[in-house]
Amino acid sequence: MSEIARLHRELVARVLEGDGKAAPELRRAAFENAGLVEPIQTLIEKVARHSYKVTDEDVAAVRAAGLSEDQIFEIVVCAAVGQASRQYASALAALASAVKRRPGQ
Amino acid sequence: MRLEILDRGHRLHTKAIMALIRVFSGHPVVDAVKLAFYRPTFYGGGPLTHEAMRGQSDWSVGDRELMAAYVSKANECPFCVSAHSATATMWHADEAKVVATLADLETAPIEEPLRATLRMLDKLTRESNIAVDDILAVLASSVSVEQIKDALAVLLAFNITDRLANAFDFNIPSPEAMNAGARFLLKRGYR
Repeated sequence: MSEIARLHRELVARVLEGDGKAAPELRRAAFENAGLVEPIQTLIEKVARHSYKVTDEDVAAVRAAGLSEDQIFEIVVCAAVGQASRQYASALAALASAVKRRPGQ
Repeated sequence: MRLEILDRGHRLHTKAIMALIRVFSGHPVVDAVKLAFYRPTFYGGGPLTHEAMRGQSDWSVGDRELMAAYVSKANECPFCVSAHSATATMWHADEAKVVATLADLETAPIEEPLRATLRMLDKLTRESNIAVDDILAVLASSVSVEQIKDALAVLLAFNITDRLANAFDFNIPSPEAMNAGARFLLKRGYR
């Protein structure tokens, strides 16, 4: 799996900086799940922390606030990629520490 | 599907490809495919998932499919649990093993290295964090550093996919359609 790091880096770059309908600042905030206002905050917090709790109403509220379907698509993707990336980074850091602390090392 | 664009917003030639899939598979196009085909230059998670699930690894394809199902269970994503249980079952030709693993990891008839790895993936998924001691426990179960890295790549791919499947409310197709999808994933992968 030698390509994982590159493919991951490219995915993150695409969703944050690639062509999109949502402003890059909004995409970045969704990726980081920080600095958002309602009703976007509720939707993104659910996507990041407990995605099974997302409801039709959460999406409808964001649509009613003026976001297009493409913009909603983009910020949800950003939220998913952002949270998964943080989990992945913390796991890799724990692995690096474990390898250093491994008996016999 | 919660967004209409994911159901009907594809470009014309993509719609034509999806029509062909419907005809040749004899089943409706599953929501995971509709997502993969929507603006692939924006999201396009297929290559990352393909590398994690089918790239060179000491884990078998069947073990990785079981990891995907297990992570999806921790994320409470019924679509992905169903899809990757079907794929793991088909690869292992052993439904009881997959069912037992998802029901109770500690008593399931699987090898210890896989059990320790699934335990780690479950904790990481539920708590978004893991202690160094938890990783040391996996290394002590005869799992190599490379195997842990490979399992973490599966985790990465499915922590993205599960969230999208739940947020966009993927419809769960019939078992026949799921099995057709599983056959496709074993033959062609995720790209």
